[in-house]
Amino acid sequence: MNRRGVGYGLLLALLLVAPYAVYPVLVMKILCFALFACAFNLLIGYTGLLSFGHAVFLGTAGYVAGHSIKVWGFPPELGLIFAALTAAALGWVIGSLAIRRSGIYFAMITLALAQLMYFVFLQVPFTGGEDGLQGVPRGKLLGFIDLTDDLNLYYFVLAIFVFGFWLINRTIHSPFGQVLKAIRENEARAISLGYDVAKYKLLAFVLSAGLAGLAGATKTLVFRFATLTDAHWHTSGEVVLMTLLGGMGTVFGPVAGAATIVTLQNELADKVGSLVTVIMGAIFVFCVLVFRRGIVGELGALYKKMTGAR
Amino acid sequence: MAEDFILETRHLVKEFKGFVAVNGVDLKVRRGHIHALIGPNGAGKTTVFNLLTKFLAPTRGSIHFNGEDITSAQPAQIARRGIVRSFQISAVFPHLSVLENVRIALQRKLGTSFHFWRPERTLDTLNGRAMELLAQVGLESFADMVAVELPYGRKRALEIATTLALEPELMLLDEPTQGMGHEDVALVRDLIKKVSVNRTVLMVEHNMGVVAGISDTITVLARGAVLAEGAYDEVAVNPLVIEAYMGTEVEELASPAGH
Ligand SMILES: Nc1ncnc2c1ncn2[C@@H]1O[C@H](COP(=O)(O)OP(=O)(O)OP(=O)(O)O)[C@@H](O)[C@H]1O
Ligand SMILES: [Mg+2]
Repeated sequence: MNRRGVGYGLLLALLLVAPYAVYPVLVMKILCFALFACAFNLLIGYTGLLSFGHAVFLGTAGYVAGHSIKVWGFPPELGLIFAALTAAALGWVIGSLAIRRSGIYFAMITLALAQLMYFVFLQVPFTGGEDGLQGVPRGKLLGFIDLTDDLNLYYFVLAIFVFGFWLINRTIHSPFGQVLKAIRENEARAISLGYDVAKYKLLAFVLSAGLAGLAGATKTLVFRFATLTDAHWHTSGEVVLMTLLGGMGTVFGPVAGAATIVTLQNELADKVGSLVTVIMGAIFVFCVLVFRRGIVGELGALYKKMTGAR
Repeated sequence: MAEDFILETRHLVKEFKGFVAVNGVDLKVRRGHIHALIGPNGAGKTTVFNLLTKFLAPTRGSIHFNGEDITSAQPAQIARRGIVRSFQISAVFPHLSVLENVRIALQRKLGTSFHFWRPERTLDTLNGRAMELLAQVGLESFADMVAVELPYGRKRALEIATTLALEPELMLLDEPTQGMGHEDVALVRDLIKKVSVNRTVLMVEHNMGVVAGISDTITVLARGAVLAEGAYDEVAVNPLVIEAYMGTEVEELASPAGH
């Protein structure tokens, strides 16, 4: 508990000074993907559900935020809330259909429905198809904080991330989170104790979708556009990789994984071009073969070993 | 008269793709009894449990609990009505603490199980009751241990404590002493006897010492059908039963004390 408190403090301090050392837009991108991965981890790590179409929530919320801010003139904060709620509602629909099945079938249904939405976004006019939804104004937060300033926006994005991260951790350590853990550990037993497991899984799915949506909406605000890439299944795969690399079922793992992958992509993109995909594939294989617990998981195990040996 | 039987099945049938695992079982469990369901491997005992708790849907037949037809209820509903089962393979939540295992069962009644915004410590009000339950099965000193680290016999005891937390009217235990050494068997047998006060227990059990020692009624199942029913002394000398068991288990059946 105490060790984790120190971890939270360090991470927050680091993030508060980060924009003075690193290009703020890069850190904001990391924060968006970190929130996305944390939301995904709530499902895979704490409920035992592998959603293979989670990009659909990132992408949908990106478009909804972009459209409501640019075309309907929503202020940024309202645009983000509206987009997150839309993603949560979509999560309710997709979740209701998918949780009737488990394991690989669950993953396939989420993937299929996400692909369906992808083709919808490709066809409907408001998304701008292949060109994306361009020119989304950042606007003024609460009517007076100018978000076109990268630093102002940075602290807004950081606040969103902290809120999302807090909510996920609260969920994990709540009465509801206890039931989720029980379902992950032994679903049949949870049923035999009188829990309607489908309802619990659905609520977890909706929360995860809503927070993934919040990440996607925030990302649109940062980059001023929403594109098809965010809804593509590549992105669904990336969030799996981030979570796996960082350590699924750990609190900081997805953050570490997202930071590593986004930084790597950023550094390598201009140097090795399309080889990036190959490198990502190699990392994936490496994780699965020798690095099962991910960065945070392996560090935690090492720490335990060292303190246990004493 | 119907009130005397807490559970009744009428001509229960379960077919798996043409294979009849349960074949027209009429089971009547008397309120307050310890009722043992025995039979050779593959007789259909676990399948009957799965039907009773709705983990499987019967092909034909009906199930009545306290006189009400529960044939089409959902498994979680069955549990809330007061029928709680254990499983043939150990059914603890392995990576939760022993205390948390019991608390999960208690927690549903608080009505906050969907509250994702509430801190975990709001569950601490249940710790007292959870410790009482653990004390009942002799696990109070293990409360903070992770369940997976418990020795096997203690895991079964934890399951019983978790089941008791729901205060079920009817407890279904699937081979509670399977794979245990003599000491653990005695421990669990006494435990079942102890917790059966004021409730009904239906158990599948292979250990004849346990069956002979504590059950009021025995139903013998073979190839999905009821072969014999009655008190231990009657059933043990029934030639049909002896034939169904054949081989080594006959001696076991005839001399439970020597076990
Ligand atoms: N889901 C299933 N699909 C097909 N056949 C099944 C299924 N479940 C059980 N069976 C078959 O039904 C028969 C009865 O199985 P069941 O598990 O009920 O036996 P049991 O009496 O509990 O045996 P044991 O003493 O070994 O636990 C077996 O032949 C088994 O192979
Ligand atoms: Mg069985």
